[in-house]
Amino acid sequence: MNGPIKNAGRVTGQEACPTPNLPPPVTARLARALAVLTVLLAGAVALGLWQGTERLDLTKIFSNPIARALFFQLRLPRVLTGALIGAALAATGAALQALFRNPLADPYALGVSGGGALGASVALALGWSAPVLGIPFVYVAAFGGAMLAMAVVRAIARTGVITLPGALLLAGVVVNLTSGAAMLTVQYVVDPNSALRMLRFMTGSLDVVGLDGVWRMAAILLPALAALVWFARPLHLMAIDEDTAATLGVNTHRTELAVHTLCSLVVGLAVANGGAIGFVGLIVPHGVRAVFGEDVRVVLPASLVAGAAFLVLADTLARTVLPSTELPVGAITGLLGGPLFLWLLRRRQRYSAI
Amino acid sequence: MAWFETRGLDYRYGQGPLVVRGVSFGLERGRLMAVIGANGSGKSTLLRMMAGLLRPLGGEMRLDGRALAAMPARARAREIAYVPQAALPVFPFAALEVVLSGRSPHLGAFGFEGPRDREKALEALEAIGAAHLAARRVTDLSGGERQMVVLARALAQEPRLLLLDEPSAALDLKHRAGLVRALARLRDERGLTAILVTHDLGMVGSTFDRVLAMRCGEVAAEDAPDRVLETALLARIYDEPNVRAGRIDGRAVVWVEA
Repeated sequence: MNGPIKNAGRVTGQEACPTPNLPPPVTARLARALAVLTVLLAGAVALGLWQGTERLDLTKIFSNPIARALFFQLRLPRVLTGALIGAALAATGAALQALFRNPLADPYALGVSGGGALGASVALALGWSAPVLGIPFVYVAAFGGAMLAMAVVRAIARTGVITLPGALLLAGVVVNLTSGAAMLTVQYVVDPNSALRMLRFMTGSLDVVGLDGVWRMAAILLPALAALVWFARPLHLMAIDEDTAATLGVNTHRTELAVHTLCSLVVGLAVANGGAIGFVGLIVPHGVRAVFGEDVRVVLPASLVAGAAFLVLADTLARTVLPSTELPVGAITGLLGGPLFLWLLRRRQRYSAI
Repeated sequence: MAWFETRGLDYRYGQGPLVVRGVSFGLERGRLMAVIGANGSGKSTLLRMMAGLLRPLGGEMRLDGRALAAMPARARAREIAYVPQAALPVFPFAALEVVLSGRSPHLGAFGFEGPRDREKALEALEAIGAAHLAARRVTDLSGGERQMVVLARALAQEPRLLLLDEPSAALDLKHRAGLVRALARLRDERGLTAILVTHDLGMVGSTFDRVLAMRCGEVAAEDAPDRVLETALLARIYDEPNVRAGRIDGRAVVWVEA
């Protein structure tokens, strides 16, 4: 005898096919993601504030006015700007990937950042800096540029109800190249001082001075990000199946329009403050998906928090990796994101035509 | 007035000819209706209008006396579910996540699915013999398996009217039978009404209560299966002179002479 009979009712000797575990409930995944990532963000901010050309010395901040000024005028604004922009770019990446049903969608790769940078540059070149309704004109121009770039990319990639994944990425490449060329042209005509500031829009850097700019950006960015997260549910349904999302009660046109506008606004703000920092919207949502699953209602808010942590860490690395000089953070994210993009492109080609 | 009713539905794509012309029919609650017809006869277009994915150029639809055009999208989604011909998925969602998305119209504005919704999703998979797929990634599934997942999603939506676009095309014999059994059971136990577009005439004769035959965008016949599955009528609908309809054990059977 071989002991008690297991699997009664099955064909003798036949084991059930091994089945993977069911995904945990979405609420549990969301809670876990936000808890883990908030801890990560706190750690990243602490590290970013502590680490730099000179390590932070808390006693000096209280005693030494120069150390205090350096901390409040340079270190703290830089870390906060990094967190805000990282959240903006990563959340946008997660939203655009769902909207276009394309895992390679990213505000940088689709030319939305480039369009925003061009808008900001044109405003700078024309010397239009007067605020509109209290909002710096550079913000408005960057928003307009991002909006236009996204409209062009969408119009080209969309045929009927289908968004062609390959056409989307190609349109993004061309919008990027064109806005880059336009920026170079503008850069050659303006005075050297403006040209230098424009270079910042192109490379992506977080060297800001003072907290005023941070509050101005946060005042618009945070409500816009909250609104974007509100659209996570319709985006989740559209990511599963765009065609039938409408039969589940999703107003797909309204969702598309709102996400288009909110992403343009958020990316425009990010670019106007930190320039076109590449691939954050690709790296972060993919990392979040790999750990916490595909549900957009988890991926979007989790990417927001993870993106803040990621860019603060990337910038800390950019500030400290070379002993002699500080790198722009865009160099770090580009060097990480470019290869990831290519790897995803290669993997994607295996199961669906691009 | 019938429980579900269409009156004078018209549709055309762009500037093209009318692909659906003046389609009017009524269907009582708790009936299964098959929509048959040649390729391009307007079956799928008609179904997509009923699903709310296409807006009719003319005519109207009523469910239980209420005009569909006037119903808010979420209210409509609680009444009507649509099963498309399965599209290729992009993201590797677990099948259970896809089925759970069918619960969406029943959730509050900020609500997430609870344990009760999860139970209903698993029940829906069970009902069509696809419980074993729950944890699988949809990107790894075969066409037939994906079809079962979207079907389960529509069942989890708990609609009163279920619309299916050639659901059996990708299914094997066992799951095709399972689908028909599940539809018949839901009809008998819960009063489900379903309208199903199909080329599978073998399935029609045995289970369905009504058949709507389309030809060139118009209704060619609307009657009990026995009266539609007739040699002369089928030959006209499909424009195929060699089609034959007969009876085995009192059931309509259709074949084509070589």
